[in-house]
Amino acid sequence: MSMDRRQFLKIAGISSVLGLGATAASATHSIWTKGLSPEEVDKNKEALLAKRWAMVVDMSKFKTEDDFKKVFEACHLTHNVPDFRNADGSVNKKDEIKWIWEAPYEKAFPGQDNKYMSEHIKDMPFIVACNHCENPPCVRVCPTKATFKLPNGITMQDEHRCIGCRFCMAACPYGARSFNWRDPRTAIKNENKEYPTRTKGVVEKCTFCTERLAVGKLPACVEAAPKGGMLFGDIEDPNSEIRKIVTNQYTIRRKSDLGTGPAIYYIVGGSDHA
Amino acid sequence: MLEKALEGSKTYWAWLMFLGALAMVGAYYYYQQFTYGLGLTGLHRDVTWGLYIGQFTFLVGVAASAVMLVIPHYLHDYKTFTKIVILGEFLAISAVIMCILFIMADMGQPMRVVNIFLHPSPTAMVFWDTVVLNGYLFINLLVGWVTLGSDRKGIAPPKWIKPWIYLSIPWAISIHTVTAFLYAGIPGRHFWLSAIMAARFLASAFAGGPALLIILALIVRKISKFDVGKEAIQAVGRIVAYAMFANVFFLGLEFFTAFYSGIPGHAESFLYLYTGLEGHSELVPLMWTSTVFAAISLFMLWVPAIRKNEVTLVLACIMLFISLWIDKGFGLIIGGFVPNPFEEVHTYWPTVPETMITIGIWAIGFLVLSMLYKIAITVREETAGIEIEH
Repeated sequence: MSMDRRQFLKIAGISSVLGLGATAASATHSIWTKGLSPEEVDKNKEALLAKRWAMVVDMSKFKTEDDFKKVFEACHLTHNVPDFRNADGSVNKKDEIKWIWEAPYEKAFPGQDNKYMSEHIKDMPFIVACNHCENPPCVRVCPTKATFKLPNGITMQDEHRCIGCRFCMAACPYGARSFNWRDPRTAIKNENKEYPTRTKGVVEKCTFCTERLAVGKLPACVEAAPKGGMLFGDIEDPNSEIRKIVTNQYTIRRKSDLGTGPAIYYIVGGSDHA
Repeated sequence: MLEKALEGSKTYWAWLMFLGALAMVGAYYYYQQFTYGLGLTGLHRDVTWGLYIGQFTFLVGVAASAVMLVIPHYLHDYKTFTKIVILGEFLAISAVIMCILFIMADMGQPMRVVNIFLHPSPTAMVFWDTVVLNGYLFINLLVGWVTLGSDRKGIAPPKWIKPWIYLSIPWAISIHTVTAFLYAGIPGRHFWLSAIMAARFLASAFAGGPALLIILALIVRKISKFDVGKEAIQAVGRIVAYAMFANVFFLGLEFFTAFYSGIPGHAESFLYLYTGLEGHSELVPLMWTSTVFAAISLFMLWVPAIRKNEVTLVLACIMLFISLWIDKGFGLIIGGFVPNPFEEVHTYWPTVPETMITIGIWAIGFLVLSMLYKIAITVREETAGIEIEH
């Protein structure tokens, strides 16, 4: 096939405009690509990195009500999670937003209880949050890619892109997501200026503290938990502490039969590992 | 032809004013919701979709049901439907408009809705639903307008419109299939996780939509000289009967699987809806109303003597429509959220603003429908007696 210079330029010109040319497809500086490619972004040398972040929660380490409270407060205060209250001071269930909270065993693990089980076990509190699933239904159903997977396994969301359709909430089998039914800023007492607040009409949830990992800090809940209560690490790294626990000890995950691949593993019995 | 919608009797204008007033009330409450947020509705963390999404789902069915007239008329050259088919197409247009409005009313950030197109996500069923619904609206506007325009001139519709008419058939099926897929592919919501969801949706649509059409066609006959014909009404009546039978049968299949399997998760939503669960029985009277109306209307449509009498036929259609509205426009959505992922029962009931917005959107739908029907009626009255070849 022969092609004169004029023809070549014509085709090259058209294909680059259409983004079809090899140069246009690979160039990160193409006028069609907004922002920087991952390679161009300066990495914080202190940032904690992982192939896939995961968490092990050992409920036996949580002894007192205060142990739980510290964890929830650490998260909710760090992330400006609004605290809607009724006039009598009780939690306003209608507007409630929560990133991390507790649920009794029989509710966190439906179908795993039996009728002979003592009330004590049935009511045993478990810490629950977003499971940062390997195969997250919320990401699949989002019509705007406002919720998405990060390469490190974290399920993130972009509150500026969210249209508030709440499909992710219908899709999440863990009830991990909350919607801002009204302006959340009215219910934030001590605003953390380091973290953004949200607007009404968008969905939010636990982010595994992406913003803290980026500056070399562990998630706020992990830091606030009793020693060994919450462990955080790279499950893909065979030498990581959490990988060793998950490999060698009996752990359970919430509704793993749904194929979502939750990244939070629970130790129920409680043996020494930390 | 648009001008025909703007000339009419005092009654016509009074009717439009009435609908307009309802729409204004709805708009007022929508403004409140827009300012305050969706917290103005009865929705909460555990039941995140309610009346709006229920109406949307139900109305997609009404829109799709036009295909029940298009198939016999255009595919099988069933001449009896020549006159009624335009009523079906125009009903589809107003139904799709209502669908879009209900979706908008349900959005937390309605100003950002174009993000669906700016960041298209092919794995999301909402993306496809948006595509097929807008496509369906376009096809019905085009087909309805072109065929009616030709009727007005007393000529056969142009040949190029035929492919669009044929396209509208699979397209109608697609809008309701994709709408069912919004629900039927979600892990952990046992009530929706059913392979026959799309089939159920189509069956209920092909019963409810044509039932509404019978009611509308008889109203049109009463208030104008445009008569779609006794035979056409009866033929649609038979379609409603068969579709309703399929719908009730499919619902029965759901009950069998839920209760014979004995898997608690599959039965709990049904128990909540039909018997109440953990002391919550808010929806039970509604669901039994739906069941009783379904049984009676099916019986009435099944017995030829009752179906052939237009008075009893209309009664059956009204009952059937109410039954399906409760079942699909309310129970189906709420049932999917109760119990919640923690097996807790948190109930939902629409608030006054939510109800007013819903009524407002229905009013806009009927406003559009009335104006479209006015155009169709006027054109048909003018060309009365002229035989049209479609």
